[in-house]
Amino acid sequence: MLTIAIFLPLAGALGIALLPKRQEQHARAIATAYSAAVLAVVTYLFIAYDRGDSGYQFVDSTKWFESDLTNFTLNYAVGVDGLSLPLLALTSFLSLVAILISWRVDLRPKEYFAWLLVLETSLMGVFSSLDFVLFFLFWEVELIPMYFLISIWGSGNRVYSAWKYVLYTFFGSAFMITGILTLGFTAGTFDVRELAQIGEIEGAVIPAWAIFSLIIIAFLIKLPIVPFHTWLPDAHTDAPTAVSVILAGVLLKMGGYGILRMSFSIMPDVAKDADVLLAAVAATGIIYGAVMTLVQTDLKRLIAYSSVSHMGYVLLGASSIGLVGMTGAATQLVTHGLLTGMLFVLVGMVYDRAHTRDIGQLSGLAQRMPFITVMMLVAGLGSLGLPALAGFAAEVTVFLGTFERHEALTILGVIGVAFAAGYILWTIQRVFWGEATERWADLTDATAWWERGPLLALTLAIVSIGVYPAWIMDLLRDGVSPIAERLA
Amino acid sequence: MDDLSRFGPALALFVAAGLIVVVDALLPLAGRGPWNSRRALSVALGLLGVAASAGWSLALALGDEQGVAFDGMIVIDNFSLFFCFLFAGAAGMIILGSTDLIGRIRYHAEYVALVLTSAAAMILMAASQDLIMLFVALETQAIAFYVLVGFLKSERSSEASLKYLLLGAISTAVTLYGMAYLFGLSGETSLEGIAVYVRQADEGARSGLILAAVLLAAGLGFKMAVVPFQMWVPDVYEGAPTPVTAYLSVASKAAGFAAVIRVFVISLGEGVVTNDWGDMFAVIAAISMTVGNVMALVQGNVKRMLGYSSIAQAGTFLIGLAAVAANDPQAQLGTSSVVFFLGTYAFTNLGAFMAIIAISGKIESDEIADYSGVFKRSPVLALALAACLISLTGIPPTAGFWAKVYVFNAGVRADLAWLVLVGVLNSVISSYYYLRVVMNMFGRDPEDELTFRPSPFLGLAVAVAVVGLLAIGVYPTPLIEASESAARAFAA
Repeated sequence: MLTIAIFLPLAGALGIALLPKRQEQHARAIATAYSAAVLAVVTYLFIAYDRGDSGYQFVDSTKWFESDLTNFTLNYAVGVDGLSLPLLALTSFLSLVAILISWRVDLRPKEYFAWLLVLETSLMGVFSSLDFVLFFLFWEVELIPMYFLISIWGSGNRVYSAWKYVLYTFFGSAFMITGILTLGFTAGTFDVRELAQIGEIEGAVIPAWAIFSLIIIAFLIKLPIVPFHTWLPDAHTDAPTAVSVILAGVLLKMGGYGILRMSFSIMPDVAKDADVLLAAVAATGIIYGAVMTLVQTDLKRLIAYSSVSHMGYVLLGASSIGLVGMTGAATQLVTHGLLTGMLFVLVGMVYDRAHTRDIGQLSGLAQRMPFITVMMLVAGLGSLGLPALAGFAAEVTVFLGTFERHEALTILGVIGVAFAAGYILWTIQRVFWGEATERWADLTDATAWWERGPLLALTLAIVSIGVYPAWIMDLLRDGVSPIAERLA
Repeated sequence: MDDLSRFGPALALFVAAGLIVVVDALLPLAGRGPWNSRRALSVALGLLGVAASAGWSLALALGDEQGVAFDGMIVIDNFSLFFCFLFAGAAGMIILGSTDLIGRIRYHAEYVALVLTSAAAMILMAASQDLIMLFVALETQAIAFYVLVGFLKSERSSEASLKYLLLGAISTAVTLYGMAYLFGLSGETSLEGIAVYVRQADEGARSGLILAAVLLAAGLGFKMAVVPFQMWVPDVYEGAPTPVTAYLSVASKAAGFAAVIRVFVISLGEGVVTNDWGDMFAVIAAISMTVGNVMALVQGNVKRMLGYSSIAQAGTFLIGLAAVAANDPQAQLGTSSVVFFLGTYAFTNLGAFMAIIAISGKIESDEIADYSGVFKRSPVLALALAACLISLTGIPPTAGFWAKVYVFNAGVRADLAWLVLVGVLNSVISSYYYLRVVMNMFGRDPEDELTFRPSPFLGLAVAVAVVGLLAIGVYPTPLIEASESAARAFAA
């Protein structure tokens, strides 16, 4: 069942690729159908998931190939637990959103939707791999669709940004594969479940902290963390809207997921020693990202920098090395995915209509596009951590969990929230209120079903997590609790 | 009869080569235009020879007819058989890929015959069990290539041929010097005999053996095209007819590696100098990868770019060879990683060159800048070339990904983590110039909207390569098993 969910988008991509050129306008419908089917399968998994059982469920495992000489066995092993299931749901949901809001893409639509579906497969694969090499394989596959999507359908300096994205990620994966191979060689297995049982890595050719660093650096680049974040504003600004949504909503989460699932649960001893360092890096990211956000004039760049700041909370929560903080971090992954995904959808809609993202030029949009304004308020307030919207639950949990271990650094993190309130409210005020100029007199609101539908669905998700966070947090807590136990 | 039977894979190629030349000379001039019956006959006989050779190898493999031939001059084991298939396959691909060229040149029969002769010689290089045999095979292969490189007789092609000849002659002399040292020290020319000597050699013989190893590595390094024996590569790759460039970059390189593996693993595998040559190859690997990649970054000509990239790739193979020495030689991990890499590289690089022949032939340019918008003009070829370049970068789901994982795995297990790190960082550099070509093809608009298709033979060659590299990418087990059994041939 899980395997179907992972490879269904790929099947859709093949279907689209085989579509005759004359019928390429059907590509979007096929893409929608396939990604909706994936969402349906994941929803089924969500319902069928046994919450009483903390192990991996829906495991599909088969030997892919082995080599006796090297004692190298690679399994195709996928499964979900409480940590990965919500992220799978997030991936399939945001992929559908991304495809819907791309309804009007008419530049080479066949390729565009095919690449989006390939991207979805690789992301689903990353979040469900139970074999470290398989994880790496999916992690790498994601590069190719992203490269094409940014460099062909992007705007501005798109080729440069696509390069920067690919090179940064590839740079990280170069370290990661070295780490994975060393780890696998020492432990004699690449299976994540077995690796997590080992605890102490002994007899490696390089010290355990070196393996830990090699692997985590790829995740930190992806998260991203200062000073490895500079690819993010560029990639976000120049990517097409749908890709920004996936990038902020899902791709960054690969980093946070990797830290919890791979780095922390496989090498808990090193993680414990590195906690202060990680927390310091996280706090730096939160403050630096927030300060940079304040001075941005481009709407997309602004949200991109706010992501740098918000993903700092994930690392901060993880560095608490405790159940509460890590649950908060995992929740932040999901809520930030929804909130920032929604912000990018909205900015994309504004940009499509106004053809500018310059905050200085936009003003008084609330009168022209009331629906978008309301949605913007929901996403913005959620993002700054207003109670009853999703962001609050995650951030508070992070702070609660982290305060005991890193008092001063947590306080720095809380200051970041104050900044967030500042930049978000100030931005909304400048763009949507203020004087309604002649220039924007003929802007239209979002009225099409493929615009309103995704936004309302996102709102529903955000409010439901905000009002009753337990339905998702309990699941995530069960998911991270084995990791927290190993760290204890 | 056993001797002849084990010599079969090479013999079939030699016979076919001779037959092509003789038949062509006897036939009357028939028809005009590029495709008369004589040209078709050359190609058909060439492919037949390749098929006969591969079929013979298959019979040897299935019949388990392994062993030495001609008093230990050559040996047919799983290692030789692997390369029998590789070289026959490469020769077949080259003939398919040369059909456009064969239609244009006058000495078409000689061209095909030379391709087959060099393939036969390379098979013998991989199968040599004796320094003398190795040298004869090396020279036969080299002379065939000197002629092939200059086949266009244009200024560039002739210049390339001369350069290759002069540097090749020097490298042969150096190789011979190294062989002479080995013979002088051990009094043996057979690799096994030398191995016996090396195993019991004491510290006193060490400096002599190191000198021999360095000379052999330098001479054969020319064939492998690794830094610092790579000076000829860009000019020769650019000047030679493109199919010959493909042949050089895949088969000649593989033959160099096969010979190096045989000599170093069998003769020098155990003894006082093992660590020394292991370190030597590790250093050469690091330098080759870095220099090759950095130089490839700034190339504007796709053939030169692939030339430098092949230097970098050869450096990556060498990680496996360095691992052989650092590891227990009985473990065979390093050897099998090199062999596996060569197998995947044959598909990948041949595919890339075949696609380039097809594209460059139509757009009449080898400049990367002129590859703009190829996707709009020939989507199939653009996708095929993209798949090959992605495989060269080492991104899944292609053969190149497993090749890199496997060779890095061998490196890590041999305590060469530093070298592996150099290797993976070089992969990052290489992604830039490989993907730049992909970007040009897909992301830009062509100057000329005219669509085109490859000729059927060329299309077949490209298809074989791309299907091969994707199949290995999804299910690498058969090739891994083949390369491991090849490596086990040395587990005496």
